Amino acid sequence: MHIEKTIVQFVEKVKPNIFLLKVLAKNISSKATAGQFCNIKVSETDFPLLRRPFSIHNIENESVYFLFDIHGEGTKILSNKKVGDKIDIIGPLGNGFNIDDNYETIFLVAGGIGVAPFPFLTKSLTNKKIITFYGARNKDYIYDKNLINVKYSTDDGSYGFHGNVIELLEKEIGKNDFHNIKIYGCGPTPMLKALQKFSLENKIDCELSVESAMACGFGICQGCPIETTDNSYKLICKDGPVFNSKEIIL
Amino acid sequence: MNIDLSVNIGSLKLKNPILLASGTVGYGNEISEFTDLSKIGAIVTKSISLKPRKGNPPQRIVETPSGMLNAIGLANVGLEAFVKEKIPFLEKLNATIICNIAASTLDEYVECVKILEYEKSIKAFEINVSCPNVKDGGLIFGNDINWVGKITEQVRKSTSKPIIIKLSPNVPNISDFAAVAKKEGADAVSAINTLVGTSFDIYTRKPKIKNITGGLSGPAIKPIALAKVLEIKRNVDIPIIGVGGIMNWKDVVEFMIVGATAIQIGTANFINPNVSNEIINDLYKFCSEQKIENISSLTGSFQI
Repeated sequence: MHIEKTIVQFVEKVKPNIFLLKVLAKNISSKATAGQFCNIKVSETDFPLLRRPFSIHNIENESVYFLFDIHGEGTKILSNKKVGDKIDIIGPLGNGFNIDDNYETIFLVAGGIGVAPFPFLTKSLTNKKIITFYGARNKDYIYDKNLINVKYSTDDGSYGFHGNVIELLEKEIGKNDFHNIKIYGCGPTPMLKALQKFSLENKIDCELSVESAMACGFGICQGCPIETTDNSYKLICKDGPVFNSKEIIL
Repeated sequence: MNIDLSVNIGSLKLKNPILLASGTVGYGNEISEFTDLSKIGAIVTKSISLKPRKGNPPQRIVETPSGMLNAIGLANVGLEAFVKEKIPFLEKLNATIICNIAASTLDEYVECVKILEYEKSIKAFEINVSCPNVKDGGLIFGNDINWVGKITEQVRKSTSKPIIIKLSPNVPNISDFAAVAKKEGADAVSAINTLVGTSFDIYTRKPKIKNITGGLSGPAIKPIALAKVLEIKRNVDIPIIGVGGIMNWKDVVEFMIVGATAIQIGTANFINPNVSNEIINDLYKFCSEQKIENISSLTGSFQI
């Protein structure tokens, strides 16, 4: 974990409402693993007061990428950063995706901006057969750079399968004979809930990256609990944001 | 010029007036990765209760203009784990420990204090009679002057360590509560705990935090906290630890001028976990520039 004064290398509008931010962050880039996040102070003033958590989208040399949509005032400020601006970032935070050799086939399941951590994960999963299932509202919400073997779904049918990403997953898994699968999922909670159910019913190991509002991002505010199946709370920032799907109650 | 940042809170001597507020730094382990706890005046631990508390269900926090609401619900590891695991860690870091205690009954306060009395590294107790986010205890105690008196009296009888009563701002006359605390033997008061607030989503018409109300903290409450500290200072002769929205060294100086002997940093830790040590360095600079030899001379130096 570092508090790092990073330097903006670019902020690019890659889709009507989606932005890609690249910052020079020597310390964070050298330590990060796929699925971890950073807590970003988007302004130097007391507005917004708290940092905003973002998944690490990708790492390239000493740079860190973040993919985000305009959600509120914080992300609006972030989208207006200029090359050379300094941004105060704490990271890398949390526990990322567990990568192990016991699986042949990897399903990456993304919902909307939940696609953010997957380019880094894709790069980290060497020698695996990866299939990416990517669901979004419509084609304007799809940003698929650095993903591989992507199967798309959109809610309005404007691109790929007409329906949600779990329906797409159900359709595809029936068509093929997959072995030794592991699923990694990230997206809005209703989608993760459906994915959790899908993985349990199909007896497929699954890790989910969940989100929450949080103040600190490293365990001191206790503001981001998630209920676990053993009737306790874990902190999304410190114990997650990636959890085994069997461990959490969504 | 030699600058002396040390302050005395009753019999408790601290190397500087900067304390970390209870509930904003856990038991020190996470924040110690960002800041040197041995250099801070003291760390006030997350409220400890006799038994572990799971805390409130999510959502527990939401940002509001210049502040945040929280309803954590005193989630804590309980007294036994605190003694076994948390105290040794803080001792290793050479941190000065003030232990904050929360309870649902008068007896529970007394029992906690009696057990912790033998922990040498606990330098003082801060008694939380003002948590706004729990059903039992909390503000039922903090908003009732008789309860605050009774709790202070009983805790006083049970310990020889300094005791600090953390006061609720959700009362009409905070100085009356400070006066009772003093009368019953408290060494100091902390002012203020968070203010009760809420926030609703205009589309779903639901509260943004599950507990419906939460405790408001951050810069939004600083003027209120300053007014409460000043009110106590002008009416009661007791050391005051100022808390509420302190973000930088200027805020610290302002709190000391209106009457605080020491201060606590809370919400700012979430944003910059090293802010306390940065503030200590800035206070040195300020005192050098202003030729203030003893920072304690600032306390109550207001010109009205």
